[in-house]
Amino acid sequence: MRGDQAVTAGTTTRAAAAGAAGTTRRTREPDEGGRIVLRGVGKQYATRRGPVDAVAGVDLEVTPGEFVAVVGASGCGKSTVLRILAGFEQHTSGVVEVGGGPVRGPGPDRGVVFQDYGLFPWLTVAENVRWGPRQQRVSRARARARAAEYIEVVGLTRFADRYPGELSGGMQQRVAIARVLANDPAVLLMDEPFGALDALTRTTMQHELGRLRAASGATVLFVTHSIEEAVYLADRVVVMAGGASHGVPGHIAEVVPVELGPERDVNAPDFNAVEKRIAALVHGG
Amino acid sequence: MSATASLRARRVGRRAGHAALGVGFIALLLLLWDLGVRGEWVLLFDIKMGFLPPPVEVARLMWDFAFGGVYDDAYSGTLWSHLGASAFRVLAGFALAAALAIPIGVLMGRSELVRATLDPAVNLFRPIPATAWVPLVLLIIGFGSQATIFLIVLSAFFPILLNTITATREVSPRLVEAARMLGTTRLGVLLKVVVPAATPGIVSGLRIGLGLGWVILVLGEANGIDTGLGSMIMIAREQVRTDRVVVGMIVIGIAGYLSDRVLVLGLKGLFGRRPLVRA
Repeated sequence: MRGDQAVTAGTTTRAAAAGAAGTTRRTREPDEGGRIVLRGVGKQYATRRGPVDAVAGVDLEVTPGEFVAVVGASGCGKSTVLRILAGFEQHTSGVVEVGGGPVRGPGPDRGVVFQDYGLFPWLTVAENVRWGPRQQRVSRARARARAAEYIEVVGLTRFADRYPGELSGGMQQRVAIARVLANDPAVLLMDEPFGALDALTRTTMQHELGRLRAASGATVLFVTHSIEEAVYLADRVVVMAGGASHGVPGHIAEVVPVELGPERDVNAPDFNAVEKRIAALVHGG
Repeated sequence: MSATASLRARRVGRRAGHAALGVGFIALLLLLWDLGVRGEWVLLFDIKMGFLPPPVEVARLMWDFAFGGVYDDAYSGTLWSHLGASAFRVLAGFALAAALAIPIGVLMGRSELVRATLDPAVNLFRPIPATAWVPLVLLIIGFGSQATIFLIVLSAFFPILLNTITATREVSPRLVEAARMLGTTRLGVLLKVVVPAATPGIVSGLRIGLGLGWVILVLGEANGIDTGLGSMIMIAREQVRTDRVVVGMIVIGIAGYLSDRVLVLGLKGLFGRRPLVRA
C-alpha cells in the first residue's frame, strides 16, 4: 500500500493527496483544548498622532474541531486577530481564551502556518518537522518516527533530507504544515497559507488540507484573501470590515455559515450563491 | 546524461578560464615589476622602481628563506619558524577575539538592555586605531608576544562584534515566531535559531577579523620580538634589505590568503551541505 504512493518528482496529484491522507494513522477527536473564545477583543496602537484602534469589539466563539475562515479587505485586522490568538501580539482589551485559559504568548497548543512558510533554512525537511516534538522533550527516536509519519502524510518522504531552499513553494508549505501537525496542536492558525502559491498548487493544497485537518481534529482559524477558498474549506466564514485606514477599527461585519456538506463543488450554484453573498459583504461593507 | 555532462564540462572549462585570467594578471604584474626595475621607472608618489629588487632575485631569496642552500646566511631556511611564530600569534588573537565578540555581539543584537549598556563604550573604543594603541600597550604590557596578541585581539574584535550584532538583529522575526509557536524557550530561540540564522553574517565578520589580524601582525612584532614575519621585515628595513622586506610581505600575503581559505573551507566542512556560509 505504501509502496503504491508514487509521488512524481516535485508535484502531487489529487490521487497522491488522497493516498497521503489514506496513510494518516493518528486520528484525533476534537477536544476542549481547541475551543477559541474572543470577547470584546481590541488592539490599540500608540502612534505619533495618538492611539489608533486596529481592531475593536471582536466577539467570536469557535467550537473544537470547527474550521473557521476569516476574510476581509486588506487592513481589516484579520491577521491581527490571528496573531493575537497565536500569542505574537498582545490585545489591549477584551478576553482571549484558547482551551479554556487565557492566551499568554505563543505555545505548541496553537500551531501557526505562515504565508512565507517560516521554515528553518539550515535544517532538512525531517529536522524541521522534528523540531516541535523535540521541544516537547519527546525522545529523539520517537520524534524521528513522528516526523517521518507526518512527512509521509504530506507526501514528501523522498524529500526528507532536502533543505527547504531546494523545494518548491508548495512543497515548503507542506513541510510547514507537517511541522505543526507533528506537534499535535489543538488549534491550527493559518495566515494566508496558500497566498504565495500558484493557482494549481493552491487547489491541490486546499484539497489536501481538507483531509488533513479532519484527521488531526484540530480547530482551524484560516485567514485568506480568497472568498472561494474560504467557502470551499470552512464551516463558517467570518467577514471582517473596517480597519485603521478606513477610520473605523477592524471589526466582524458578519459570520456566514457554509452549509454545503463535506463534498464541495466550486462550480455548483449553491456554492456560488454563498460566495456571492460573502463577496457582497466584503466589497459592499 | 550527456546534457548534464556537457553542462559540467562547460562549468569546469569556465572555471579554468577564470583561473587562467587571474594567473595571467599576476604574471603581467610580475613582468611590469621586472621592466620597471630594469628601466628604473619613477611612478606616481615618487615611487622609485629602481630601488626594488627584480622579481627573480626575490624568488631566489624566497627559496633560500624557505629551504636554504643558496646564500646560507642567518636567514636561510628560517621561513617556517618565523611563519609558525606569526601564525600562532594571529590565530591566538583571532580565536580570543572571536570567543569574546560572538557572544557579546549576539547579546547586543538581541537585547535592547545589553545594547543600551554597551553601545556607547563600543563606539568610543572602536575608532581608536591599533597604531594608536601601540605606545600604551608597550608601556603597560611591555615588549613581546603578549603585546602583539593583545593588539590582534583588539583589532579583530570590532569587525566580528559589529557583524555579529548586525546579523543577529536582522534575523527574520518570522523564524523566531515559528520557533516560539513550536514551543521553543527564549534561550532555545537564541541558541538554536538566532545563532544559526546569523551565521553567514558572523562568518563575514570572522573573515574580516582574521585578515586584520595579519595586518596588525607587523605592527605588533615591530618591537622587541626576534621571531616572526613582522619582526623579520622590520629588521630587514633597518639593514636596508629591500629584497628581504619584499619576501616578508609576500609571505604574509600568502599566509593571510591561505588562512582565509582554511577558515572558509573548514567551516564549510563543518556545516556540510547546510546553507550557512556564503560562497
